[in-house]
Amino acid sequence: MGSSHSMSEEIQELAEKTGFTSEQIEHLHRRFKQLSGDQPTIRKEHFDNIPDLEFNPIRSKIVHAFFDKRNLRQESDGLADEINFEDFLTIMSYFRPIEMNMDEERLDHFRKEKLKFLFHMYDSDHDGKITLQEYRNVVEELLSGNPHLEKESARSIADGAMMEAASICVGQMEPDQVYEGITFEDFLKMWQGIDIETKMHVRFLNMETIAQCH
Amino acid sequence: MGPAERSSGVGAAEPFHIVSFQWHHVQDPYIIALWILVASLAKIVFHLSHKVTHVVPESALLIVLGLFLGGIVWAADHIASFTLTPNVFFFYLLPPIVLDAGYFMPNRLFFGNLGTILLYAVIGTVWNAATTGLSLYGVHLTGIMGDLNIGLLDFLLFGSLIAAVDPVAVLAVFEEVHVNEVLFIIVFGESLLNDAVTVVLYNVFESFVAIGAENVTGVDCVKGIVSFFVVSLGGTLVGVAFAFLLSLVTRFTKHVRIIEPGFVFIISYLSYLTAEMLSLSAILAITFCGICCQKYVKANISEQSSTTVRYTMKMMASGAETIIFMFLGISAVNPDIWTWNTAFILLTLVFISIFRVIGVVIQTWILNHYRMVQLGIIDQVVMSYGGLRGAVAFALVALLDKNKMKAKNLFVSTTIIVVFFTVIFQGLTIKPLVQWLKVKKSEHRDPKLNEKLHGRAFDHILSAIEDISGQIGHNYLRDKWTNFDRKILSKVLMRRSAQKSRDRILNVFHELNLKDAISYVAEGERRGSLAFIRSPSTDNIVNVDFSTPRQSAVEASVSYLLREKAGSVCLDMQALEQRRKSIRDTEDTVTHHTLQQYLYKPRQEHRHLYSRHEIIQNEDEKQDKEIFHRTMRKRLDSFKGTKLGINRSKKHNKIHKRDRGQRKRNGNVIPNGKIPTENPVQNFTLKEKDLEFSDPEENNDYESLHVDKGTDFLADVTKQNFADATTGIDNPVFSADDDQSIYMKFPPWLSNEDTVVPSQRARVQIPYSPNNFRRLTPFRLSNKSVDSFLLADGPEERPRSFLPESTHM
Repeated sequence: MGSSHSMSEEIQELAEKTGFTSEQIEHLHRRFKQLSGDQPTIRKEHFDNIPDLEFNPIRSKIVHAFFDKRNLRQESDGLADEINFEDFLTIMSYFRPIEMNMDEERLDHFRKEKLKFLFHMYDSDHDGKITLQEYRNVVEELLSGNPHLEKESARSIADGAMMEAASICVGQMEPDQVYEGITFEDFLKMWQGIDIETKMHVRFLNMETIAQCH
Repeated sequence: MGPAERSSGVGAAEPFHIVSFQWHHVQDPYIIALWILVASLAKIVFHLSHKVTHVVPESALLIVLGLFLGGIVWAADHIASFTLTPNVFFFYLLPPIVLDAGYFMPNRLFFGNLGTILLYAVIGTVWNAATTGLSLYGVHLTGIMGDLNIGLLDFLLFGSLIAAVDPVAVLAVFEEVHVNEVLFIIVFGESLLNDAVTVVLYNVFESFVAIGAENVTGVDCVKGIVSFFVVSLGGTLVGVAFAFLLSLVTRFTKHVRIIEPGFVFIISYLSYLTAEMLSLSAILAITFCGICCQKYVKANISEQSSTTVRYTMKMMASGAETIIFMFLGISAVNPDIWTWNTAFILLTLVFISIFRVIGVVIQTWILNHYRMVQLGIIDQVVMSYGGLRGAVAFALVALLDKNKMKAKNLFVSTTIIVVFFTVIFQGLTIKPLVQWLKVKKSEHRDPKLNEKLHGRAFDHILSAIEDISGQIGHNYLRDKWTNFDRKILSKVLMRRSAQKSRDRILNVFHELNLKDAISYVAEGERRGSLAFIRSPSTDNIVNVDFSTPRQSAVEASVSYLLREKAGSVCLDMQALEQRRKSIRDTEDTVTHHTLQQYLYKPRQEHRHLYSRHEIIQNEDEKQDKEIFHRTMRKRLDSFKGTKLGINRSKKHNKIHKRDRGQRKRNGNVIPNGKIPTENPVQNFTLKEKDLEFSDPEENNDYESLHVDKGTDFLADVTKQNFADATTGIDNPVFSADDDQSIYMKFPPWLSNEDTVVPSQRARVQIPYSPNNFRRLTPFRLSNKSVDSFLLADGPEERPRSFLPESTHM
């Protein structure tokens, strides 16, 4: 990726944009190269090479999330075909742990970002709402790891969860009210009491790469 | 016995006594039983005064009581006859408490913070022991303490036994304080795991003292360090091995349900004794036995056994704790052991507090580099302040050999003072301290389904990210473990039937539904209409007048019984009656059946979780929306019968006539695309379009083949309702006067068998949906401002003479 001089500049830029330290960026860059086979961009197929990811029930959604343009902070909608390193870092930055010295506003912003990421994952048709069907989808995938669970159970769980969400978000509903789906504001409401910052992060400290993924 | 006491045949034999006083015969067990009784009675007395128990921790009260009782005994007899002997403590009193702690340990929290806990437990305890011992020695050298004839090793030994945070005391105090769970698990975990360190240090220093200070060599020190690892790891392994054994055994206890609980206790106790026998850490053994077995045992044993285990464990733990504290008090009243040395005692107190604080601060600073959730100042204050010493220290000091340790009495006295100080003073003040510092309290929320779901999603997302970014992280490990557990361990250790239903999310879902059902029953019972389903055995005081709502019979009600079983509910209403031991599935099916009659019934799928009926797959996705629909509305409205309007009832009749199977109800869902007026996106409406008549959910079993018709008609209906918007939606809750017509049009004998047919008694008053049903269903307001839902019962009390006589049961 160019001479080392420009690389450290790039790293600086990236560090500022995404908030990682330059060390972490280098690590992640190495990993990126590993995944992409030394190419500048990654496609969906490259994710297939990661062995452990196969057992993950919501694998498809996660991979999808990497290519989702909304997550890449681009204005457009839809899916990108390939992502470069900066995009890779952007996605990873959603999972950065909070820092002790963050002020309220940044914390709030951070929180919203993480929740937005999650929201986009659930909202597969990109219409800004999580409908019942989408929710069902997610729940079914989540519970698909358990071979003993029947689909109906998953479905009813999704329904129950949706109902909970509705009651939190909209509260008492009039008989003629239509509940279309969980919007992002509702989603935020649902998560109000729970501090997602502490739950949704990955430790980017000890970056010992595990076995080569091929 | 009388005859035995008589001297045999010798001349001045005693005459035959009809009744004689055999005190010596029963003395020992009698006294034990008496003490237990006294302790328990004391607890009752304490809790009579809520104000006192709110401020003073129970442990403190018990110590004071012990002092008082000891004083009485002393005054009466001038001997200190009852003391807390180490053997009794270590063999009988401590295991239940630790087992209780391990069995109910929140595993995820525990292992999530394991690094932190281990650091505090091991390094922290060693630090405390070393600094306390050394500083006391240092002070001793200056001569303030006077001439004590103690060497460095003695001080170190004392330091090691006084340094350990005590699980009993921590539990006793923190239970009343309710700090947030992370904080609690750290302090509590530390108190459990430091046992290995304490045991090793104690043994090492004791043997050093025995050998004599001059003879200690470097090899001995190395041996000491090695023994730490052996003791701790060995203890853990023993515990895990017994946990494995226990889980395996419970897998096969299907036919001996009665003694199932016994296995849990016996095998766990054996793990404790085995570790003790091998001079490994017994506390670690039994802790890990409890930790590892809980999942499998809870899955394998029946609900009743599970409840039994839980209650027995809690009872024994609580009882043991009570006795421990009381005896701590009693044992203090023993002038033989009292050796007062002001400097020593004071300094010990000062040193342990200071060094604990320093230790905590340093370790936290190190840990915060590695922890996700940082530990703040307030947490550190609580951790330092919550490092209570307790009975373990006392028992250890009582174990000291008097011949080898000249200063044993001094140590004993000091330990007693320290324990009293921490338990009483720190116990008393920790609650105000916590409140003053605004420590984050534990949030006891009802488990929300969404939380669980999202939590699960997080786990997967995070492990995926870890995989993608190529690192071995927490989630990666946990994932690996879960896979291993699911593929291998669970297959070996869990019963087949249990393997299916052991998903956490399912459990929460299950619980939530059950809770709703219970609230429903409770409400119904309050009104008296469901009283008849109570079993006669529990119901001997019920008056049979069901015409008026009864307020008073809460204690006798089944729902009260059910609520008593905190947590795992066994809705075994039938079994109560018939006293049969049924396997879980049968129980549940039966119960479900009962519930179905009169209550909101959980959704169709839920039944499948219990029953073994065949599930006929519902091919049509669109039908599924009605599930959601149904559950979005207030459940009980349907009970009174809801209506949509005249024209639909005809079709409804026809549909109802169809045979029922395990079909999903084709409810009032507006399937996607059928409503031209609606948005193209799938909606679920909350309109009041309840198609059922008597009972909510179950009765409408439409054939799949009629789906199209059904959906068409639904579409019509909905369209109609939309059209009706101006005229007002027919909402049965509000338009009570039309109720009759529905019933006319829809004779119950034409309905399918799933229709709930209220019994005679129930007909008098169909219960309304409980007002506190807010959690999962939207709460419908009455359109009359003065209406409460109690009042709204009015329209319901029409005679339902047209309903069939027999109940569906």
